[in-house]
Amino acid sequence: MLEVKNLKTYFRTDDGVVKAVDDISFDLYEGEILGLVGESGCGKSVSALSLMRLIPDPPGRIVGGEVIFEGQDLLQINEEEMRKVRGNRIAMIFQEPMTSLNPVLTVGFQISEPLRWHRNMEPEVAWKESVRLLGLVQIPDAERRLLAYPHQFSGGMRQRAMVAMGLGCTPKLIIADEPTTALDVTIQAQLLDLMKKLTQDFGTALIIITHNLGVIARYADRVNVMYAGRIVEKATARDLYAHPRHPYTIGLMASVPRLDQAMKEKLVPIEGQPPDLINLPAGCAFHPRCRYIVERCREEAPELNPIADNHFVACWVNVREKE
Amino acid sequence: MAADTTEQLEHRRISQVGWRPLVRAILRHRLSVIGIIIILIIAVMAIFSPFIAPYDPNKQNLYKVLKAPSKEHWLGTDNVGRDLLSRVIYGSRVSMYVGVISTAIATLIGILIGLIAGYRGGAIDNIIMRITDTFMCFPFLVFVLAMAAALGPGINNIIIAISLLGWTGFARIIRGQVLLVRELPYVEAARAVGMSKYRIMFKHVLPNSLAPVIVAASITIGAAILTESSTAFLGLGVEPPTASWGKELRVGYTYLERVPLFSIAPGLMITLAVLAFNFLGDGLRDALDPRLRGEGK
Repeated sequence: MLEVKNLKTYFRTDDGVVKAVDDISFDLYEGEILGLVGESGCGKSVSALSLMRLIPDPPGRIVGGEVIFEGQDLLQINEEEMRKVRGNRIAMIFQEPMTSLNPVLTVGFQISEPLRWHRNMEPEVAWKESVRLLGLVQIPDAERRLLAYPHQFSGGMRQRAMVAMGLGCTPKLIIADEPTTALDVTIQAQLLDLMKKLTQDFGTALIIITHNLGVIARYADRVNVMYAGRIVEKATARDLYAHPRHPYTIGLMASVPRLDQAMKEKLVPIEGQPPDLINLPAGCAFHPRCRYIVERCREEAPELNPIADNHFVACWVNVREKE
Repeated sequence: MAADTTEQLEHRRISQVGWRPLVRAILRHRLSVIGIIIILIIAVMAIFSPFIAPYDPNKQNLYKVLKAPSKEHWLGTDNVGRDLLSRVIYGSRVSMYVGVISTAIATLIGILIGLIAGYRGGAIDNIIMRITDTFMCFPFLVFVLAMAAALGPGINNIIIAISLLGWTGFARIIRGQVLLVRELPYVEAARAVGMSKYRIMFKHVLPNSLAPVIVAASITIGAAILTESSTAFLGLGVEPPTASWGKELRVGYTYLERVPLFSIAPGLMITLAVLAFNFLGDGLRDALDPRLRGEGK
C-alpha cells in the first residue's frame, strides 16, 4: 500500500548539508503496524514528515526518491492534491499532546474541522461524528467534553483527542510520531492498546515512531531500525528481538533494562556519541562506535542485504558468527 | 445543542466561560477599573449628547459671552455665548469617534500587513518590514498636520492621517507574534490535517497572536484622541462650529485669565480620556499575560 523508495531529505545549514534522511526504502502493507526505531536525530521524524511533505523548506528539501501511496507518487502531486491526502488518507499524530492542539479553539472544533474540510460534512453532522469519535477513544461524556478547551484536558485526554482527530476521516495510514513520549507509563499502554485496536477495526496501517523498544516489541509487526539517516536493519518484530543482527540494534537491546535480568548485571551502553550528521564518518556511519569493526567498515558503507526471510541488515560483518 | 453549529457552540462557550477569568483579572486591576468607568462615562456622553447636554452647543448668545459658571450655565459660556458644558459634552463625540475609528483602521491594516510579513517570511517579510520602518521614521504629528492641511479640514481626513501612520506598531507586534506562533506544534498539526495556508493563517495563527494587539489598541485609542486634540489645537481638524476638546482648549486659552474653565474643562477631558485608555491598556496587559496574572491579589 505504501512504498517508499530511495527517499532522501537534506537540510541545508550554514555549516553544510545535513543528510537527515539518506536513501531509505521501505514498504508497508494494509493494516500493518510498522515501528521506526532509533535514537534522537537519526531521521525518524524527518522521514515521517517527508511522507507528508511537511518538511519546512527552506532549509529542508526532499531531494530524491518516491513515496508511492495507493499507486500515487506523493512527491509528484501538487500541493493542492497533497492537502487532500493529509488528514484524509494519511493522518499524523504528533509527539507533543500538550501543544498539538490549538489553545483558543474547542477540542470539538478541532476534531470536526478535518471532517468538514475533507468530507464536506455539515457542521452539525461533523459535530455528531466528533461525539462518536471522542467516544471511540474512550473519553466519557463526549458531548460535553467537545465544548472544552485543550487546557481543560489532561495530557492523556489530549492525546486521545489527537487520535480521534486522526481517525476522523478513516485514513488508510496513520503516522504516530512518538505518540506516547509525554505520557506516563500506564496511559501509554492504554493509548497504544487503543490505537492498535482501532487500527485493526478500521484496517488502517500504522507507523509508530519511537525510541522505546518496549513499545515496538509489543505493538509492531515489522521494525525498521534507523541510524544516521539510514535504515540499518529491517525485520519482523519477532525476528528482531530474537536475532538482532546489526551491531547497533544489538547495542540498543543491551542498553534496555529487562525484568528477567539478574539484578547485579549492568546495562551495556553504546559507547560514543551519535555522529555529526554534517560530517558523517566515511564508510559505515556506525563504525566509530562499533565493537565488531573490520577494515572494510571504514571505507565502504554497507547496503541492506537479506540474511533471512524478511530480515535485512546493513553490515559487513555477520555478527552472529562472531558471537 | 445538536442544532447549533460548531462555531455557535464555540461562541457560546467563550461567552459562558472563556472570558470570565479575563474579566475577573481586569476587574482586579484597580486602575483599569477606573479607566473603564471613565471610558463608559465618556461613551455615554458621546452617544447620548443630545439628551444630556442642557443647551444646543452651537447656539450663540452674544448677550452672554464669557460668563463665569452659574446655575444656568454650569461651566459658564464661551466667547460667543455658547454653553460650555454642552460643548464639552458634544466634544466627546469627536474624540471618541476619531479615537475608535482611526485605531480600528490602523489595527486592521497593521494586522494584515504583520500577518503577511510574519507568515510568509523571507524576502516578503524583509521588504514589508523595511517599508514599515520607513513609515515609523515620519514625525507623527508633523505628518498628520501635513496630511490634514493637504486633504483639507474635516474629521475624516484626520482619521485617514492617523490610521495611515498608526498601523506600523500593530504590524510589528503581529509579525513578532506570528513568528512565534507559526512554529508551534498545533500549527504543524493543522497543516498535517490538510488545512490550507489561509485557513491556518486566519483560524490558527491569528487568534493566538492577538493578545498584545488588544493592549496596544487600547493605548492607541488614547494616543489618537490626543493627536486629534493636538491638530484641533493647532487649528486643523473639525470644521466650525463643531465642538472638539482640542478646539475649545485653543479658544479658551486666549481667555485663560478671565474664564479659566473655558480651557481647563476641555483640557481635563482630554487628559482623563487619554489616561483612561492607558489604564485600560495596562489592565488588559496584566490580565492577558499569564505570568503577571494573580500577582496583584
